Parts: sequence; structure tokens; C-alpha cells
Amino acid sequence: MMKLDEIQKRLLREVADLHAVPEGAYNIRSNSQSAGRQSTANIEITPKTDVSGLDIRIKAGTKNESVHIPVVMTQTGLYELVYNDFYIGEGADVVIVAGCGIDNCGSQDSEHDGIHRFYVGKNAKVKYVEKHYGSGSGSGKRILNPGTEVYQEEGSSVEMEMVQIKGVDDTKRTTTAKLAAGAKLVVRERLMTHDEQRAISTYVVSLDGEGASADVVSRSVAKGNSFQKFDAKIIGNAPCHGHTECDSIIMENGKILAVPALEANDLDAALVHEAAIGKIAGEQIIKLMTLGLTEAEAEEQIINGFLR
Amino acid sequence: MLELKNISFNVSTDGADKEIIRGVDLVVPDGKLIVVTGPNGGGKSTLAKIIAGIETPTGGSIFFSGEDITRLSVTERAKRGIAFAFQQPVKFKGISVKDLIRIASGKNISVADACEYLSSVGLCARDYIDREVNASLSGGELKRIEIATVLARGAELTLFDEPEAGIDLWSFRNLIDVFRNMKKANKNGSILIISHQERILDIADEIVVLKDGRIDKQGKKDDILPSLIGTTSAISDCAMMNPGKGAE
Repeated sequence: MMKLDEIQKRLLREVADLHAVPEGAYNIRSNSQSAGRQSTANIEITPKTDVSGLDIRIKAGTKNESVHIPVVMTQTGLYELVYNDFYIGEGADVVIVAGCGIDNCGSQDSEHDGIHRFYVGKNAKVKYVEKHYGSGSGSGKRILNPGTEVYQEEGSSVEMEMVQIKGVDDTKRTTTAKLAAGAKLVVRERLMTHDEQRAISTYVVSLDGEGASADVVSRSVAKGNSFQKFDAKIIGNAPCHGHTECDSIIMENGKILAVPALEANDLDAALVHEAAIGKIAGEQIIKLMTLGLTEAEAEEQIINGFLR
Repeated sequence: MLELKNISFNVSTDGADKEIIRGVDLVVPDGKLIVVTGPNGGGKSTLAKIIAGIETPTGGSIFFSGEDITRLSVTERAKRGIAFAFQQPVKFKGISVKDLIRIASGKNISVADACEYLSSVGLCARDYIDREVNASLSGGELKRIEIATVLARGAELTLFDEPEAGIDLWSFRNLIDVFRNMKKANKNGSILIISHQERILDIADEIVVLKDGRIDKQGKKDDILPSLIGTTSAISDCAMMNPGKGAE
């Protein structure tokens, strides 16, 4: 495996909780090159030949295995567009950890656009964790535009945890999902923006088969002069259950636009949307101050809990 | 020891000043349990908030352990040993019971120690320690957790603002034991409770009756309590559970 420097190692810890080479299948991408790759008996990772990216094939019935595909960028002015396709075999049960960390100390923008497509076989179960993180003192922006497409066959289940807490200047996140009968999708998004950052998160979930269900929940905090847009649409094309929730805290000059959308095309589609935006409740701060925290410490506790 | 000297508090509504507290002098000696009662709107809760630093008095000064704390913030007063149990417990998203007890104790106490505080307010610790302090808990549960966090402070002066509000009769009777145990555990600690519950008044060393922002009566429990029985300043616990049928 290629040697990683300290900044690259720090980014890996931030986005994938990796302190060493992971167990199981992995591909570590560093400054647009593969810094290490390993397939296992059940999980095969191969580079694409036509475009940049990987094909990840998980055999039917694979249980309790994991795939790590973190990306780190430390060169300023780097732009990359990567396609990663996951083929998850029938009845498999796996954890996939992605994520991207950018450290930009230069004056040019660094941008990683990752398109992840998931083809989830019948009754397969996937837990997907994606963390985004930016650091570096340069004036160049750290830009991440993840596109996620999920195609779920009957009875499959996908749980996605998407986290972007710090340092990413500009994000356009687009997630689309199509669910067949009995398939289940759970999304937990945690987002914090600060300074002049912008984040746009768009979801379009189609519940196409009987008994399909989706639960898309976003918790976000906008600080400084940052702006967020949460645009979640659930389409019920069959008897199904859909729930989307946007719960946000605004601080300083932070601005948030929540655009809920529900479309029911079947009489037995049950769809619910909830959205709440507001500042931190003053009584929460005062309560923690009576326990001995300063106002700043109280705010930090409240935000940490909210984004947990 | 806490000492209030000539405390006043005004609010302006529709351009007119309204006096909520009018020149209150009060001493809470170490090791004593003082209950402040009186009619609704008499300024009791405001007085507790002024002591905790949540409200700033319009006039007068507050001394705690000999130091003038009138201009100190809520945080600074908490650090000097003042704890405050809210009448309406505050709810959070993502903050667990364990987190709150740890913050309150000021150190990274063990789960076992955190559980002790929950047990002392009659909650099965195992069921609650990892719960979020949010709307999924009932009013009574939140109230007991509020009291557990205040116990975890181990403060020199603990203020309770209507601890009986929002709890059931069974919990209320146990609450009396909580106060008794607090007294036993910390002989030098003082407790100030805002309440018009007869049972709480009955465990007081001293009773203060606050009416129209002034101290109307003040003295030893045995001297004051008999004159309050049958008024809104000393409601029996059954009357508390059946509002409307209480003593008026």
C-alpha cells in the first residue's frame, strides 16, 4: 500500500474512523490515485476502464462483511469525477463505509464529485455510512458534490447515514431511490454549515411496490453566513409508507430553506412530512448554564446532542 | 449563607412599570430548609430566578457566602454553588439523561454513580440512563430527572421552583423523602423551595409568605403554618390532585 502522510491519515480518521488499514475489502483513493486496494472472497473491487471509479460486486448471501472506500485529497486545484457502482447480491448483509476528506491549503478550489449507484438485490441488507469533512487554511474552496442513486429490489433494506459536520464550502447532494415491493429505506442526514458555506440536499424517493417504506430524516445546523436548502420529495406509486423530516437550528446569520414535497399516486399511499426551523431555545441554554456551563459551552452541548 | 438585601424587580408592560418584588430582605442560613409560599402572582418564582441569576433585580443586592453576587451570571453563580430546579423541566434533542447528570456533577462520573441519583428520585436507572431528555418522557418523568440533575450538583444552596408541579401523588410523597435525605446528606447545605404544598411546608425550618411582592409573614414553621392551613398558601396533597376542590 502507498504510504500516506499525516494529513492524509488525519482525513481518513475523520471520514472513515480508520486508524490503520481496514479489515475486509477496501479501496483508499488519495489525490486521484488508488493508495491501496483489497478484494475478499465475497467482495470484488475492480477499477472501471471507461471512466474513473470502481465496480464493487458483493456475492449473494455475503454476511457481516464490510467495504471501505474512503477518498482523501490534499492537493489544491484538484478536480475529480468518480463513479462507484455497488452490486449487492441477493440476501447479502453488509456495511459500506464511504466518505471524503479534503485538506486544501492552496488558493485553488479542490472538488470531488462522487456518483454512487447501489443495485440492491432481493432481501439484501445494506448499511451505508458516508462522512464528509474539509480542512486547511487556504483560500481555495473545498467542494463535494455527491450523487447517490439507490435501486432496491423486493424486500431489501438500506440504511444510510450521511454526515457533513465541518469544513466543506460547497455541497450539492442529490439522492434518488426507487423501491420495489416490501423494500425499506432509512436515511439519517446530519449537516452543519458555517462561515460562507452552502449546502443543497435533494432527495427524490419513489415508492413503487406494495409495502415499500421510506424514512428520510435530516437534522441540520446553519451558522455564520451559511445557507442550506433541504428539498425532499417522496412519491408514493403503490400502497406504501413515506415519512420525511427536516429539523434545523439556525444561528447567527444562518439561513435554511426547507422544501417538503409529497406526491401520492395511489389511494393507499400514506405520506407524512414534518419540518421545523428555529434558533436554540433560550431555556435550553439557561438550563445548562444553571448546571455550570458557560453560554458558549451550553450551545456546543446542545448542537452536539442535536447532531448526534 | 444567602442574603437578599432590599431586592426589587420591576417589569414594564404597556409603558407602565409594574413592581413584582418590592424591597425583599431575606436570609437563608446554612443547613436550613426555607419554604417560600404565598398567593399566585406574589413574586415567588421571580424571586427564585433572581437568586439563580436568570432575572436581574432592578434594585438591591444579593450576597452568597459573603460575596456580592448581584452582577454575576447564571454560570458564575452555579459555579459558586447555587443549583436551580426548574418548575417546567427543559427538553432537549439528542441529550441523554446520563449527559445531563454528568454535566450537573461537573465531572465524568461513572454510569453507576449517575444511576444512584435516578434511583433516589424513584426511577429505575437502567430504563432511563440512556434515554433522551425529550418529549417522549412524561411530565412526571421529566420532573424527577430534573430533580436528579439538581441532586447531582451537590450544591451549597439548592432552589426548587414548585417541585410539586406536574407530578403524580405517589411521586409527590416520595419527593418529601428526597428533601429529607438532602438535608441529612448535606448538613451545611441550604434548600429554598417555592411551594404552597402543606406537606412541603411541614418539613420547613422556616416559612416565608410572599404576597404582592413583599414579605407578608416570616418565621419558624410551627409559628407560621397554623395560620396558613385552609388558604391557597398551604394546599393539601389531595387538593393538589383535584384542582377546583382545593381549599380556597
